[in-house]
Amino acid sequence: MDFLNAIVALSNYVLIPGIAYGSQLALGALGVTLVYGILRFSNFAHGDTMAFGAMITVLVTWWLQSLGVSLGPLPTALLALPFGILGCVLLLLATDRVVYRFYREKKAKPVILVIVSMGVMFIMNGIVRLIIGPDDQRFLDGERFLISARDFKEMTGLAEGLAIKSTQVITLITAIIVVALLFWFLNRTRAGKSMRAYSDNEDLALLSGVNPERVVMLTWVIVAALATVAGVLYGLDKSFKPFTYFQLLLPIFASAIVGGLGNPLGAIAGGFVIAFSEVTITYAWKKVLGYLMPDSLAPDGLVQLLSTDYKFAVSFVILLIVLLFKPTGLFKGQSV
Amino acid sequence: MSVNVKNIGLFALVGVLILLTGFLQSWNSALLILNMGLISAIMALGVNLQWGFAGLFNIGVMGFVALGGLATVLVAMPPTTEAWAQGGVRVLLALVLGAATIIAAVLVYRAMKKGWQRSVAMIVILVAGFFIYRAVLDPGVARIEAVDPAATGYLGGLGLPVILAWPVGGVLAAGAAWVIGRTALGLRSDYLAIATLGIAEIIIAVLKNEDWLSRGVKNVIGIPRPVPFEIDLQNDPGFVDRAAGLGLDPVIASTLYVKLLYGVLFLIVLLVLLWMAQKALASPWGRMLRAIRDNEVAAEAMGKDVKKRHLQVFILGSAICGIAGAMMTTLDGQLTPSSYQPLRFTFLIWVMVIVGGSGNNFGAVLGGFLIWFLWVQVEPMGRLLMDLITSGMADGYWLKTHLLESAAHMRLLTMGLVLLLVLRFSPRGLIPEK
Repeated sequence: MDFLNAIVALSNYVLIPGIAYGSQLALGALGVTLVYGILRFSNFAHGDTMAFGAMITVLVTWWLQSLGVSLGPLPTALLALPFGILGCVLLLLATDRVVYRFYREKKAKPVILVIVSMGVMFIMNGIVRLIIGPDDQRFLDGERFLISARDFKEMTGLAEGLAIKSTQVITLITAIIVVALLFWFLNRTRAGKSMRAYSDNEDLALLSGVNPERVVMLTWVIVAALATVAGVLYGLDKSFKPFTYFQLLLPIFASAIVGGLGNPLGAIAGGFVIAFSEVTITYAWKKVLGYLMPDSLAPDGLVQLLSTDYKFAVSFVILLIVLLFKPTGLFKGQSV
Repeated sequence: MSVNVKNIGLFALVGVLILLTGFLQSWNSALLILNMGLISAIMALGVNLQWGFAGLFNIGVMGFVALGGLATVLVAMPPTTEAWAQGGVRVLLALVLGAATIIAAVLVYRAMKKGWQRSVAMIVILVAGFFIYRAVLDPGVARIEAVDPAATGYLGGLGLPVILAWPVGGVLAAGAAWVIGRTALGLRSDYLAIATLGIAEIIIAVLKNEDWLSRGVKNVIGIPRPVPFEIDLQNDPGFVDRAAGLGLDPVIASTLYVKLLYGVLFLIVLLVLLWMAQKALASPWGRMLRAIRDNEVAAEAMGKDVKKRHLQVFILGSAICGIAGAMMTTLDGQLTPSSYQPLRFTFLIWVMVIVGGSGNNFGAVLGGFLIWFLWVQVEPMGRLLMDLITSGMADGYWLKTHLLESAAHMRLLTMGLVLLLVLRFSPRGLIPEK
């Protein structure tokens, strides 16, 4: 019984939150890695792109809610998601047209593009704050729990409760659908193949008649969709606050680099590696160990390796370890 | 128009802008802008050393600035004797043990041959060392933080004059830069960027959470000052007389006098650092750095030690940021870890360097003043603009309230716009590298 309790506690506080957070990071890291693979620079504006897409979704959600539209047990935000994606696509395409294209045609050094993306980051951050303000916004409705801790206890008779938030399930399902679509697109369609060819070897792809502007446009569209989905899922699961999206930049980049920059599969793996390390290292293990160990050995303290405020440190240390010992990441990424 | 005339004109323009602030708004805010402008110029000088001279992409400026702030607390605050008695030695011992663990792991890594044995040995050392470190540290920390938590609850500093904290801030930042540089400088530019971004977040997290060191989010207030207090000046009959002689109210005169004193101190530091940076730029060492920046492979083929030069300039630039951070905390008179925001302390400094002209020290200084001026003044200008836009709308209309409220966020937008415009139309900045 204690063993089962330990497993339930572990799933409740580590596994399920880790999976949800990992999916969100993976979606974010996919966006970063695609920009890196095709446009060949680290996009520092990605966190704020996520915030922008999520913001449009939040606004449309409020509008739908005011009209009385709802999805029943599901959050209305899912209905608003396509609008958010559309808004984000328009923004990114406009940004590319006005800002990035100039440097692409000049064949500017990647580090210049990184600095340019810093400027874009400022502007997007400013736009989001101008429109929706810097505060926390709630836009979640519908059923909060798939299984609440109390129901679970009554059902199983265990002392530990297992709560599964509906947003966690939605996160996982959406992430699986999005990733499946992305890989189908990249591996099976002509446009996707041309994107991969362009990423692998730009000159050869150009010789084979790949239209570079089209590839770049497609990339921005996909990146906008990924960023919006990631941003909305994160906002549903935690809450929407513009500054937290900026802070997500570090774990997202860590995920993309740990997996190997430019490698989509690596980005997903990296997302889960980072998410699980963060959650396990900042989780207080007292409860789980208390069930597993005999009473005499049960720990006194919280058995928390690091306080939750150090979660950035975790992604950072993992990043450093991977960079020092395997500079191209766990899966082979590019090193331009 | 010769280059020099243009440059002097640009500096004069900034001077006129600050003077205008004095005439139109108040001399108090003009001096505030001037003082923070001086500090910003020093930070920009540090970043310019790294980016302009050597092409190193450091976006962890905030971390080094915060370390400088920590230095003022560690140097200038009076020591909390009670806390030292309770757990000071224990905490120091824990820190030594922690450092010993890392050194041991590095030694094992160097001594053993590649293979799973080495990995296991390193992991065992690190994990065991971590638990020993925590076991020694935690009780000490708990006892220190229990000492009068409302007023102290931390170890305090050394009680030395606060000016000493400025070089110490530089040394602290240099130490951190050495650790980061040793690990991350060999990597590609984007990786270095992410690594520095991460280290800055970690430094801020340490300042926020290690209450025994910096009181965390409870802030350290009342840091000693290198200049007299306004209230003492107001009670000093000699000062009041002199102020009256100038036809000034003693309260206003005292605030202006204190700010001017700060300004003079900061100006001295800026001029010394600027002189040193100019000397370095013109020296063989500076030429070598630029050669490495422009063509790393060729420089290496000529026998230049690229890694070592990069490490040197990274440490020097970070130290300058640390000095500026210590000066800023001295000016504020308090350390508030939650006030360190990357947009304000890292990316804004980058805007200063790029707009001013990377690779040119005078450009960086100019950018520091100009962008700081904009950063401060965009908010009232944004409010004016919003007032103008919304003047036709009825009071209480939601759009009007919203627009007026959000005027404060115009800053980020403007900074981004300035950065993009300069990068696009004048990529070498206002005062380009020669």
